[in-house]
Formats: sequence, structure tokens, C-alpha cells
Amino acid sequence: MHVKVTAEPFDPWFEARSYQDAAGQMAGKLGALSLFVGTMRDFNEGDRVTGMVLEHYPGMTERALEKIVQEAAERWPVLDALVVHRVGEIKPADPIVLVAVWTSHRGDAFDASRHIMEALKSKAPFWKKERLQAEGERWVAENTDGYLRRE
Amino acid sequence: MSIKVRYFASLKERVGRSEEEATIAESLTADALWRQCVPELPPPEQILVAINLDYADWDSLVKDGDEVAFFPPVTGG
Repeated sequence: MHVKVTAEPFDPWFEARSYQDAAGQMAGKLGALSLFVGTMRDFNEGDRVTGMVLEHYPGMTERALEKIVQEAAERWPVLDALVVHRVGEIKPADPIVLVAVWTSHRGDAFDASRHIMEALKSKAPFWKKERLQAEGERWVAENTDGYLRRE
Repeated sequence: MSIKVRYFASLKERVGRSEEEATIAESLTADALWRQCVPELPPPEQILVAINLDYADWDSLVKDGDEVAFFPPVTGG
């Protein structure tokens, strides 16, 4: 299990691929890999967004992510998991977050991955400040609950 | 007794600083610590508290050497 917070742009496919290649002990048991990639949009709440800055709390953020992954591994039979999250200056279309979960069966991969992502959205200390095309900057107030359907 | 107090994101801008050292006479709650550090602003309703990198409550006790952080709802992912 591994979590990484990085100020550098990252390629989620490369990250997941290299992590899986290095995790040799999964071979044979591995039946499912769920990959979730969150990407920056160029719109939010009806406004065009040209970029954003993601702030975090070094130390607490990593610790919160580790705890979330650990929780998922206690609840579902997870072979391995990787979470990568960007901070700093981000542009539209940049990957922001990767959640990769390796399991023997697909249901566990989907469920553990969803759990990690929703827990991250509500618990991990990250804050987004958007730069608007119209003018100015604004802090994103609160994440929505991913289990609720958007209107 | 000394406490490291940190503020993040929009709260940091509202309070006007990212961190400070607070001197306290005895253990107190996070709520009392806030009132000592930011007397001009009552503890905002949505603000979250962490003590030594773990989530805590406004009535959790803070003691010498602790790091206490105040921050708005998180918006990562």
C-alpha cells in the first residue's frame, strides 16, 4: 500500500503500471484492478476556470490518506493499493488524483476504490483555489457527496 | 507552555497568518485556544480542528508542545 502527494505533474497510467510491475507478490492472486483518475475540469459551478492551486497540510495529508487506505484494506480483501494526489499549480486536463486498487475479485476492487475516493473527498486535508477566466480567484467551499446523484 | 497553531486555505487569508506560537498557562480546549489566538473572530461554524495531525473536536484538550491546526472543509480529489 502506498500514498504519494506530489507537486509535479504525474501520468496515472505510468504510476499504476510501474507500481504493479514492482509488486511481484500479487502474481497469480490478481484478478481485478480498479483505476480511478480524477482530472481537472475547465468549468465549475457555471464558470470557466483557467487553473487552480491545491494546498495541503504536509504530514497530516499523507497520514489521513494512509489511514483511509488502511480502512479499506480492513474492510475488503485488498491485495494492494496506490493513491497519488497532486498539489500546487494545476491546469485543466491535468490528472489530480489516482486511486488504484488490486484485488482478486472485481466487486472488492470497485467497492474499496469507491470507499477510498469518497473518504479522500471528505477527510483528506486538501483545499482548491480556482482561478476564474472572468476575473479573480475563489476557494472551493465544500466537496459534494459522490453517492448523491447530480441534478 | 507553548503551542504551534496553524491556519490553512481561506481561513489563513481570513486570519491573516499561516502559523504562530501561542503561550498558554495550562491545558485548554481547542475552542479556548482559538479565542486566545483570534479574539476578533468567534470560532467559525464549519471550521475543522486537528491536534498533532489527527482530527479532533473543539472541546479536545490541547497541551504543551502540541501542534493545533484550524481549517475549512476539505476540497481535494
